Amino acid sequence: MSEKRYAMAVDTRTCVGCTACVLACKTENAVAEGYSRDWITTAVSGSFPNLQMSIHSERCNHCENPPCVHVCPTGASYIGPGGIVLVDHDKCTGCKACIAACPYDARFVDPRTGTIDKCTFCVHRVENGVPTTACQDVCPTRSIFFGDINDPDSEISRVLRERDHYVLHPEAGTRPRHYFLK
Amino acid sequence: MNEFTTTRHNPLIDPTMHVWHGEVAGYLFLGGVVAGIMVLMGAWLLMRSDEDRSEHLSLVPWTAPILLSIGMLLLWLDLENRFNAFRFYFVFRPLSPMSWGSWILLAIYPASLMLAWYTTPDVLRRKALDWIGGRIPTAVGRLQRVDAWILGHRTSIAWVNVLAGAALGVYTGLLLGTMASRPLWNSAVLGPLFLTSGLSTGAAYMLLYRLEDVERVLLTRVDMGLIVIELALVAIWLIGMATGGELTHEAMTLLVSGPYSPAFWSLVVGFGLVVPLLGDWIEQAQGHVPGRLAAFMVLVGGFALRWIIVYAGQHTGFSEGMAALF
Repeated sequence: MSEKRYAMAVDTRTCVGCTACVLACKTENAVAEGYSRDWITTAVSGSFPNLQMSIHSERCNHCENPPCVHVCPTGASYIGPGGIVLVDHDKCTGCKACIAACPYDARFVDPRTGTIDKCTFCVHRVENGVPTTACQDVCPTRSIFFGDINDPDSEISRVLRERDHYVLHPEAGTRPRHYFLK
Repeated sequence: MNEFTTTRHNPLIDPTMHVWHGEVAGYLFLGGVVAGIMVLMGAWLLMRSDEDRSEHLSLVPWTAPILLSIGMLLLWLDLENRFNAFRFYFVFRPLSPMSWGSWILLAIYPASLMLAWYTTPDVLRRKALDWIGGRIPTAVGRLQRVDAWILGHRTSIAWVNVLAGAALGVYTGLLLGTMASRPLWNSAVLGPLFLTSGLSTGAAYMLLYRLEDVERVLLTRVDMGLIVIELALVAIWLIGMATGGELTHEAMTLLVSGPYSPAFWSLVVGFGLVVPLLGDWIEQAQGHVPGRLAAFMVLVGGFALRWIIVYAGQHTGFSEGMAALF
């Protein structure tokens, strides 16, 4: 059995941008007021009447090659269990190098602690055997998939096998593990 | 038409990243000046005899650790979780320029203090030893041994300062230059550019002191050469961005024709490089001893360079979210 490798996929065909995932994350993780670990982006392109709209639920991409971890001078940013990129708040100085290094602008300073905060793929649930993240649980259109991509039988492995997908800014060389289904 | 909206509005991140401010620019500037003092004074020791040095020039190295301390204070003030600052020294992270910098800064203190002690005129050094001896008699023997050791290692101290100073100067550029996510910063030229600018501002800083005419002429000539190299590096940096991909090209326009262009062309290129270079050249051509005005302008330009790069770089990044896909 290979090591677990957690990943997330968002179905851009069914996501309606209701922001339930954003609110669920804020509640589950007690995110600081005025801040969010995940967010909705909407892009409209084309010329009327030939317009197309795409909606994304975005968050930390938990990259295989995370620049935030590389630049961290204290080891506070690290690759945790299952490849989840995490922050050890006891080691974080709030130097903000990781914020500058992240091509996805997924990190922010938690004003309560002065340390860096970001999506954790709900690692506290994962470590306790809960197979879903808070954003995934609450999604009314079942657009969010989460699981171990090293397990060929997992749902996320199946959808990534069956559906065309892409990642954000592959040119950044970060090898994200957050996918978007076409 | 492309229209892009996001629900994210995290302070310091949106609408564009702005996590680093004047403290970082000030630290990078002071780090460069300290690097310049160490490299130039180290080189002076290697190439000139001690008798050639005026008293004022001999005392300049004492200001290096002071300036560095001010810079480190600024850096500390920039931290969001300041009481964890000691964590920098619990670990060495080879892929983190900031970790390299933390340890380099630690090496700078003993190196610059040894240089300062060495270059201190004999009379003042003896006075200092007597003063300390009068208050802490038990320390006299140890201090005299340290004094003798420093005086006996002239060449080693000079080389250590040249190398540590160069490392500090390059590191201030690499700190930004290794950020692949910020196209304006992500250039290998930034390290040499910050080093050259640091050496130039270091020379300019030394010229603010009351030096002998021969020292002024020599340091000014060195600074003129450094300014020419710096102009070439700025040009290479801009050309590199202009001929790069779309993102780096956009980053370049921020400086060349965008919102930062007035400050960049006037303060950095004009006031900080071209005008002092011409002023120095005219002064030298007419046989005048260089004054302090050009040096002051170089210092203003050196600070403006870092200020603009720190701020403008944060406006650059991979285009917002999935908008890049269209």
